[in-house]
Parts: sequence; C-alpha cells; structure tokens
Amino acid sequence: MRYLPLTQPDREAMLATIGAADIDALFADVPDSARLTAPIAGLPMHAPEMLVERQLAAMAAKNLTAGTVPFFVGAGAYKHHVPATVDHIIQRGEFLTAYTPYQPEIAQGTLQVLFEFQTQVARLLGMEVANASMYDGSTAMTEAVFMARRVTRRAKAIVSGGVHPHYVSVLQTLTQFTDDVVVTATPELTPGAPGDDLASLIAAIDATTSCVIVQNPNLFGHVADLTPLADACHAAGALLIVVVTEVVSLGAIKSPGEMGADIVVGEGQSIGNGLNFGGPYLGLFACRDKHVRQMPGRLCGETVDADGKRGFVLTLSTREQHIRREKATSNICTNSGLCALAFSVHLTLLGEQGLRQLAALNHARAVQLAERLARIPGVELVTTQFFNEFTLKLPVAARSVVRKLADRQVLAGVSLGRLYPGVAALENGLLVAVTETATDADFDALEDALDEVLA
Amino acid sequence: MSMNNQGRVTRLSGEPMAELPGGVTFTGNRGLMLEEPLLFERGATTRCGVDLPPVPVVQDRLGGLARSAEIGLPGLSEPETVRHYTRLSRQNYGIDLGIFPLGSCTMKHNPRLNEKMARLPGFADIHPMQPQSTVQGALQLIDTLAHWLKTLTGMPEVAMSPKAGAHGELCGMLAIRAALEARGDARKVVLVPESAHGTNPATAAFCGYAVENIPANARGRVDVDALLARLGPDVAAVMITNPNTCGLFEPDLIQICDAVHAAGGFVYCDGANFNAIVGRVRPGDLGVDAMHINLHKTFSTPHGGGGPGSGPVVFSAALAPFAPLPFVRKAGDALELVEEYQARESQDHGQSFGRMVAFHGQMGMFVRALAYILSHGADGLRQVAEDAVLNANYILASLKDLYTAPFAASGPCMHEALFSDDFLHDTGLTTLDLAKAMIDEGFHPMTMYFPLVVHGAMLVEPTETESKASLDQLIGAMRSVATRMLADPDAFRSSPHLAPRRRLDETAAARKPVLGYKEPLGEAA
Repeated sequence: MRYLPLTQPDREAMLATIGAADIDALFADVPDSARLTAPIAGLPMHAPEMLVERQLAAMAAKNLTAGTVPFFVGAGAYKHHVPATVDHIIQRGEFLTAYTPYQPEIAQGTLQVLFEFQTQVARLLGMEVANASMYDGSTAMTEAVFMARRVTRRAKAIVSGGVHPHYVSVLQTLTQFTDDVVVTATPELTPGAPGDDLASLIAAIDATTSCVIVQNPNLFGHVADLTPLADACHAAGALLIVVVTEVVSLGAIKSPGEMGADIVVGEGQSIGNGLNFGGPYLGLFACRDKHVRQMPGRLCGETVDADGKRGFVLTLSTREQHIRREKATSNICTNSGLCALAFSVHLTLLGEQGLRQLAALNHARAVQLAERLARIPGVELVTTQFFNEFTLKLPVAARSVVRKLADRQVLAGVSLGRLYPGVAALENGLLVAVTETATDADFDALEDALDEVLA
Repeated sequence: MSMNNQGRVTRLSGEPMAELPGGVTFTGNRGLMLEEPLLFERGATTRCGVDLPPVPVVQDRLGGLARSAEIGLPGLSEPETVRHYTRLSRQNYGIDLGIFPLGSCTMKHNPRLNEKMARLPGFADIHPMQPQSTVQGALQLIDTLAHWLKTLTGMPEVAMSPKAGAHGELCGMLAIRAALEARGDARKVVLVPESAHGTNPATAAFCGYAVENIPANARGRVDVDALLARLGPDVAAVMITNPNTCGLFEPDLIQICDAVHAAGGFVYCDGANFNAIVGRVRPGDLGVDAMHINLHKTFSTPHGGGGPGSGPVVFSAALAPFAPLPFVRKAGDALELVEEYQARESQDHGQSFGRMVAFHGQMGMFVRALAYILSHGADGLRQVAEDAVLNANYILASLKDLYTAPFAASGPCMHEALFSDDFLHDTGLTTLDLAKAMIDEGFHPMTMYFPLVVHGAMLVEPTETESKASLDQLIGAMRSVATRMLADPDAFRSSPHLAPRRRLDETAAARKPVLGYKEPLGEAA
C-alpha cells in the first residue's frame, strides 16, 4: 500500500522493541465484543492510483461543468477567473501540509500570509481589523450576531429580508436553543428595491435590539446606501452587521465600513477560490478596533523575536476555546487557512487597480445583459441598481424555466422558488449573475434560450 | 569525521558548526533562508499581475454608491507574486519536509492524487445551486463517501455538511438537544472529561448547556465511578473522546454508554482520534450516539496551515431523525439533494434541527477523502490503524526510560504517546524548552501542554505514514536533546537558535495587538 512505509520486517522488529507478541496485543483495551478481526465486509479492498482516478473521473464526468456552458449562477457563490499562479502557490507543500501555526518560529510563512490577509480584508471591507478567516459567510454571520450580543448585552437581532435565506436558516438553527431573539422578514420583489425595507428595519429598532443584519449587495442584487440605517442603529445603541456575499463588488461600491457598519462579514470565495460545489469557502470577519476582544476566530499579530526581528504569532488566544473552554467567544478551532491564502494571492495579483478594473468589468457586463434580457416580452428587471447580479421577474415560475434552460445546456441562474420554497409572491423571480467569464456568445445563448422557453 | 564516496572529508553530525565571518549578512538572508518584507512594503496600488479585457462603456447602475476613496490594496506583478509567496513558504514547516508529530492532530502524508482529483473540473467547477440534474456525479460522490463513513463507524446516518471538527461537535450536540426537546426533556448539564479538547466544553456551552468536568483516573482514563455517580435526570449528554486525548482507549465505554442511555442521556464521541481504530473498531458497536470525523485527520485531507477542515457526523438511530439539512438520498434512479422545503413534506426528516452552512459542506474535502479511502480500501484502512498504533508504541517503548511516561505502566497506548516534563524538573527546563530545542534539530515539535490532565504534557503522534527510519531519527533526536538538557540545562533556555525566528514575544503581541499593517506616517500604500 503506497502510503504505508512500514515493511513486514520493520513491523516485527518494532513489536520486538515494544515487547508485544503481535499487533492485537496493542489493541488489548478494546473489548472483545467490539473487536473486528478482519477487514469490514462489503467494502472494496485497496486500489492502485490509476483505478481510483478512473472511478472518480467517471463521477466527475456526470456533472455539467460551469466552464463548458453559458453560466449565470450566483446567489452567494460566483464563478470568477482564478489565475494559475494562485493554484500553484496553494499547492506548495510548505503551505498545503502545514498545521495551524502553533510553533511560530517555524510557521512564519503562514503567519505573515495571515497578517497580510487580515490587512487586505480589513481594507477591502472598510474596517479596522479582520480575523484570519472563518468557515464560510453564513457561519461568520451567525458568529457576528453572537458577538453583537456580547458587545451590547442585548438579545434581539433584526434580519433584513435581503439577507441570503440560507444564511438566515443557519442563524435560526444556531439560535433555536439560546435566548437570542431573531426577527426575520419575508422579502418582496419591490421594483427598484427588492428585498430590504430599510424604513421598516429602522422602525423596528428598539432598546432591546443588539443588531440589525443587512446584506449588500443583497440577495436580489440590490445595492443600497446603508448610512441612514447605521445612524439609526447607533442612535439606539445597536450594532449594524453588514453581510457581503460577492466581495468583488467592493472594488466598485462603497464599503460597509464607509457606510457605518460595526461588524462586516462576508463570503470570500469570489476571490481566489473556485465554486467547488459549495465548499471549501472562506468566511470573512471584520470589526472596529474597540470590539476586537469580543471577536471570534483566530487572529495573527505582529511582535518581535528574541533578537528584535519582526515576526508574527497567533494572538489574543484568551478568547479561544483551547484556553477558555466553556467561556470562549466561540467553539471555532479550524479556520479556512488555505482558502485565505488563495484569496490573498489573487488579491495581490489584482492589486487595487486590478480589483477596480475587475469590478468595473463585472458591473458593465451585468448592465449589458440586464438591459438585453429586460427587452424579452414578459420579462421585467426588478433590480435597477446592482453590481453584477440582478433579479428578473418572469411571466411564469422560474424553477421550471431554469430546468428547461439546463436541458438546453444553459445554466441561467437561481430561481427564487428554490431559495424561498412555498412563497408564491417570489416564485417567478430569477437571479442572474454575470462575471468577467461570460462571453457575448453566452449572452446570446441565454437570451435566445430564455426567449424560446418563454414564448 | 567521515568521507563522502569520493574520499573527501565530510562533517559528522554533532560537530560544532562554523561561525559566519563577521556574524552578519548585508541582506539579513542566510544562504537559502531568505527574508521577505510585507506585501505592503513591496507592492503598489498601481501594480497589477493580471491582464483583464477592456471595460465596455455603459451607464452605470450603482445608484450613486461608487467607491471613490483609495482602498489601499497593493498589487504585485506575477513574477513578484510568485517570489513573495514562495519565499514565505520556505519559512514554514510541513509534512512534506519531515515528520510532524503533533499529538491529537494526525498530521499524516497528504497524497497528491487527492489534490489532482479535487481539481477535476467536474468537481471543482460546479456551482452548489445548479439544477440537481446537472450535478448527479457530485451527489454520487457525497453518497459514496457517506456510505463509507457509515460502514466504517457502524452508524446508520451521517450528516456531511459540518465544516470542521468543532462544527461537527456542534452538529452532534444540536441533534442531542433537538432529540431531548422533542420528548419534552429539559436537561441542562453536559459532562465532559477533564482531558477533553477545549472545543468540547465550548460547544456544549454554545448549545446552552452547563458544563461539568469529570476527572481522569490514575490510568489516564475517565473515572468511571465519578461519571456514573453524576448521571441523573439533569444530564443531557456525556462528551467523551475515544481513543482519549492521553492516547488511550477507553475500555469501559460500552458500560458508560449503557449507563448514560439508561439514565436518559446521550453519548457524544469526539472522533478526532478515529485514526487509531479505523477498520479495527466501529464506534457504533460501543454504543455512541454521535461522532464527528475529521476528514483532515483520519482521511488525509491537508491542513493547509489551519484549514479548511471537514467534520461529517455519524448518528445512531435515536438521533438520525434530527440530523441537519441538506442531505442526499436516492430518488428512483437518481440522487436527490433534500433541501428545506422537501423536508417539511417528508415524514422521515421532519424533525431535522435545520441547516448548518450556506451550501452542502466541504465538497473539495469530500473528493480528497474519498480518493484516500478508495486507495486504501477496507484492508488498507485497517492497516492504517495498526501501523499508527505500532509507530506510537515504538516511540513510547524507545523513550520511556528517559522521558517521564505517566501512563506507560498501564499498558500500550493507541496512536499517540504521552510524556511529561517531570524528568526535567531539576533543570528548571520545561516542555516548551524541549519543544523549541526540537525545532533546532529540524523537527516540528510534539503537542505541548495538552492534555491538561498531565502537567507539562508532550503528546507525540507519528501517524502511520512515517517509516521506521524516520521514527528512529526522531527518537534519536529526542533522546539526544533530553540527555543534553539534563547535562547542560543553560544551553537550552533560549532555543531555537537556527529557525527563521528565535522565540517570539507573545505577551507583547497580546498586550498591544497589532493585527494589520499601517503605513508609516507620511506614506501611502
């Protein structure tokens, strides 16, 4: 077996050193009733690399790969071009096969990357401090709600209707057994401003409100000025949590920090990371300096070594589970280190100039496609100010349209019917995302196919 | 002194090393050890390492919210980027460089086949919200891995979506809470052995439980009498790690599970150490109700400097109805991803406690883990556990005369060998000093100061992917370092001397945290 270096003579020599008669003697603590005496029946035996490759390639071949068809699917995960350099760097064994940097003297590579990542994320989100990443955007949002509760000592979180419904579900799952109160809203396809009702959110804030959670651009693609909402939160002593699921947008639109957010969380997949059927992705988490000790997750900080040289370490670990145990700010241990590296490398390749150009390109292409599709009879463009994703209202339920288009090898987007099952008012909504990867031919294919299916 | 094969004199290990003339270099570099400034000191916001197509001219629809202020994101050209990160990578230790005997972390070889398979476009370039008819191969992969995990653990159900071990713990404890609530049972206490990972009590607290510690006995196992005495109508669950964090199998786990069940509670098993027993013991046969499996430990997916992980959770029949969404099931000839709306209609998962992540879990990790599992097969996985346990016992046997081995008298260990620094007591040196001395010897140190039940703990987990020669080199170094520490303690108070950095001032880092780069006054990014 190619991953197992011990030879049979090695094993015998080692057993002799140990003074054990055979390998079973080392499992002596296992009760007889639970001891398996042979390989588990019904499972295949070991296989050469070639056969494993063939078996997995056969599964992969059954999937319709995004890069091979006109592709406009978004809703929290986006297909951007990832430069080849990114994948090369993350496959370097020193990054790939390292552990959490608990021995900083021999982990300065990972630590400096995390320090740079934290700086990049904080600046991109317009905040003062960011952590070293979380599992994904949805879990980061939930952690933000718990953090707001610790900061404000209040229990009520108000969630805007424009927040991704899966993120809201995750929050509901994790608060069902706590004292947190989560107030949600059912979104509406209000022309020009689908999803959020900022006036209602502001009206709902009271003295028990710990935070208001709003997504920008929101699930429906709508981009809003959150400044009045931030002001209303702060006037009531509540925090504004802003969720960003498409971080490339921050190369084009004002950052949540500039609009007054107290905590910003995001899904960082868009930069440096592929679609991967939903994971691994990376959660972004940033806040104001004054709240840093209530922040969850790992933090990397600058210090000096015994010779006075600059170096980096994991820090403020007294917040974390391995020190604080049941009093920790979170039970989180693993983060998304390698995804954070991919994010950082891609953002370094882009730089500010490249990010702005990438964002401008995404927006311009989305505007072009939105205006073309809106001309199809019966199709209405619901989202009028957006970044690279918008909502169309179709004359029929969008779920079936998406399926019919998939049969024509066009991946048209995500139907709101799938995201909001049972909500009749939303079932004709179709979310369409446009990135730099979509060509004019892809636009033609979508327009023609949609025209045909709706005719 | 020795000779190379052309008769030239070569340096023998252990001889003193030559000093650098003058003691310094102009660059701060030392041969191949290259210093690398921060990105923010090298890059510029106007520098770019990608070529993008021109932006078409359109009337923007940003609603007057265009970002105008400078963001402060420096860029580098592609060659500079490659060099920046390559230089940084060389300041890291990884399994590819040598043994990484970090106890409780299972740092085994990461097969490159896994990486190749995860990058097949059919897995890497598919969107989680594509129509299900277009991702049947992905669902098949998840279903196949799920089948293996259920079969290897002897458990009837598995939740695939948790993103890491601690997230898996949360999943398991939420299912326990949901099951108790469903029968109207408002139990408030979770029992956790003192030796547990810190994530266990943190998770229980997150689920709203009061945590009570159960002591360990003199043999490094859970004090069964203390545990049984504490059971009662207020105890929701016991969280127990098996093999435990002392690297020992809990021989009374069946009895513990029976007693907990009889008292109306559930048993959560922390499966971080599954590598020791895979193919030799099914946790289901021991009676546990839920257990997470760290795919990044037992099933070889890379740790990546701290993640991503993946923590599927297997469930007993009693907890299966409460498992989270979404999940994959057969629907005629096809596979179906069951999302929220369908579950409400279905009886079998009507009690699910809900969704844990935005999408379906760590697909990229699933592919890697399945590539590893298929490579090993049922026979190879059993050999994995045997060789992991053999390697750990070989280390224990080879060091226990010199290092304090608190539980060696009570029999063999499982996949990791536990030592303490008691033998260094008279030197004033500690586990930390020994670990740092191992860095100078070219090793990643063992886990330090964990588990907490042993003072000055050193937990050594070699894993099955180390050769005997590799173990002999580690043992030789650990013996030599310990012997030299006992003989000349003062020489070891400030190790390491040869790593990219000497000891770092962690106290200063925490007292006045600097968590991001700030340009010196008067400079822009």
